[in-house]
Amino acid sequence: MINMKRAYYEDIELFKSGTIVFWTIVFLAVLVTFPLYMSNYYLYLFSLMMVYVIVSVGLNILVGSTGQISLGHAGFFAIGAYGTVILMTSLSLPFFVAIIAAAFIAAFFGFVLGLPALRLEGPYLTIATLAFGLAIMHIIGHTEFFGGRQGLVAPALDIGVPQLGWSYVLDSMISKYYLVLIFTIIMVLVAINILKTKAGRAFVAIRDSDIAAEVIGINLTMYKTLAFATSAFFAGVGGGLFAFVLGFFDPFTFNLILSVIFIVMIVVGGLGSVMGSISGAILITYLMYDLFKNVDEVPVVGALLVAFSQQFMTITGMDNFNYIAVGLVMIGIMLFEPLGLFGGWIRLKKYWKTWPF
Amino acid sequence: MGYFSVENLSISFGGLKAVDGISFSVEKNEIFSIIGPNGSGKTTIFNLISGIYKPDSGAVMMEGENMVGKTPDHVALKGIARTFQNIELFKNATVMDNLMLGRHMHMNTGLFGGAFMFGKRSKAAKEEVKHREEVEKIIDFLELQSVRDSFVGSLAYGKRKLVEVGRALALEPKVMLLDEPSAGMNTEEKDDLNIWIKDIREDYNMTILLIEHDMNMIMGISDRVFAMQQGQKITLGTPQEVQKHPEVIKAYLGEEEIG
Ligand SMILES: Nc1ncnc2c1ncn2[C@@H]1O[C@H](COP(=O)(O)OP(=O)(O)OP(=O)(O)O)[C@@H](O)[C@H]1O
Ligand SMILES: [Mg+2]
Repeated sequence: MINMKRAYYEDIELFKSGTIVFWTIVFLAVLVTFPLYMSNYYLYLFSLMMVYVIVSVGLNILVGSTGQISLGHAGFFAIGAYGTVILMTSLSLPFFVAIIAAAFIAAFFGFVLGLPALRLEGPYLTIATLAFGLAIMHIIGHTEFFGGRQGLVAPALDIGVPQLGWSYVLDSMISKYYLVLIFTIIMVLVAINILKTKAGRAFVAIRDSDIAAEVIGINLTMYKTLAFATSAFFAGVGGGLFAFVLGFFDPFTFNLILSVIFIVMIVVGGLGSVMGSISGAILITYLMYDLFKNVDEVPVVGALLVAFSQQFMTITGMDNFNYIAVGLVMIGIMLFEPLGLFGGWIRLKKYWKTWPF
Repeated sequence: MGYFSVENLSISFGGLKAVDGISFSVEKNEIFSIIGPNGSGKTTIFNLISGIYKPDSGAVMMEGENMVGKTPDHVALKGIARTFQNIELFKNATVMDNLMLGRHMHMNTGLFGGAFMFGKRSKAAKEEVKHREEVEKIIDFLELQSVRDSFVGSLAYGKRKLVEVGRALALEPKVMLLDEPSAGMNTEEKDDLNIWIKDIREDYNMTILLIEHDMNMIMGISDRVFAMQQGQKITLGTPQEVQKHPEVIKAYLGEEEIG
């Protein structure tokens, strides 16, 4: 029989085949041994990439799965960062408690922001999220308690429980890198599981046909707000880690551009796919932070670009080129591979399977 | 009052009385068909029953409980499932996921339970497997094996109609509302559907409300037929009675469907 029934658990297993297990192990081995041969700068860059992976995986649960667009995720990210630091410094909560609590606070704000989603659709909802992101940034910027415009310095990253006399401070970039790595692996697995089970399927159902979703018994109110809350939780966790990767942050770190960049990450990577979110976050972080770090070292056109930037854009820094690169990648994706990097990967795989026919 | 009934149901859109004082009562395990020319208000009755529209007046009684005022998801919880005339599937999901979605209200795994589905013995994994088994029964029943993992968007129209029936069946409802399930199917598919609808009634102990334009099908499987026109009842009776009714013949005059 061609369509033999399978052992059903195999279909929902995390590691469906030996090949996947193999590549997962190779990939993890690379990530774990990475610090042994990389400079602090690259540990920092990779930690940042992983933080953004967490955020974009969560954002994709909202945007890719339920089809609701948020331009306010920098706000949840900020709540995660400020929340974690302030809960640690003001309430002396241990790090792990603080970051989870901050993520839940972000999730609560996500839930509240999800409420208008029940009435607003499309662009109107997006404007509401945009307003939320801006409001968070300005409220923080004008409140002394949150450090005002000066921002906050992250405290020592003690992952123990100092009150109980058990203290374990992560002060090196390597140790922070490993902490972020562990969080990233957990959050990615959690996202994969959510999308494979009841709630994740309900999210997709709402996107494809909310009327059909309702008549099969899905509570629209509950699942629309749940998607916002879940997505905000991921951004909150990312924000909490971000605070310690950077060590210092101010309100303007969490501006509208950051929210837009989050959206770019998942669009470039592939809407609705976890692998897409990961690859998009990595590529865009690289473009934003590393591509034109040493622009004058770029062969042939390097000096030209520097001169051009100083003449027409800004005398300081090469940020403009990074944004231009991101814009070009975005346009390229829209033109040639609307399903994003992940869609391209699937096509490539199909191509190789049938090659050379 | 029967097992399932609508009582004096009315709704108008602007000045148009789309459904105008409709009442009927359906017995448990009956196949009850609704016929009428285009735009006579058949689909609107289904929308009123499933809570998508709120009637201006009237009641929808299911086992003694009024459904009017409930949201569609609550109506579903009470055991009423439906398909749509213009197909409302989750087209970016596979057939399997569409059917699993039909199991939604029977599943207990929450967001957290699902998030921590690590290992075969986790509660979430056990539940997934259990409901997969239920869905596989439906796949076998409707012979959907070959498209199990296909995306719904890529299927032929007739197959999609069938997947929608399967999804409604996955809800384990007491009453099923089928809105023109055979539209767009070829003769062979229609014959199969005919048999399946009868089987659904027998094997699943289902009460079925059926909207159809295909008179052969109506004549073949209905216990009773309700004929309507411009939102109002023409007549109710056995297929043979209704087919001979002069006003039904007049309403359908010029329409080729009448057999
Ligand atoms: N949401 C709505 N707004 C305005 N008018 C509507 C709405 N829904 C239905 N109508 C009108 O109500 C009338 C009945 O429509 P309905 O879809 O119930 O007909 P039908 O009997 O199912 O026809 P068909 O056989 O073509 O499917 C039509 O005139 C239709 O235009
Ligand atoms: Mg209709």
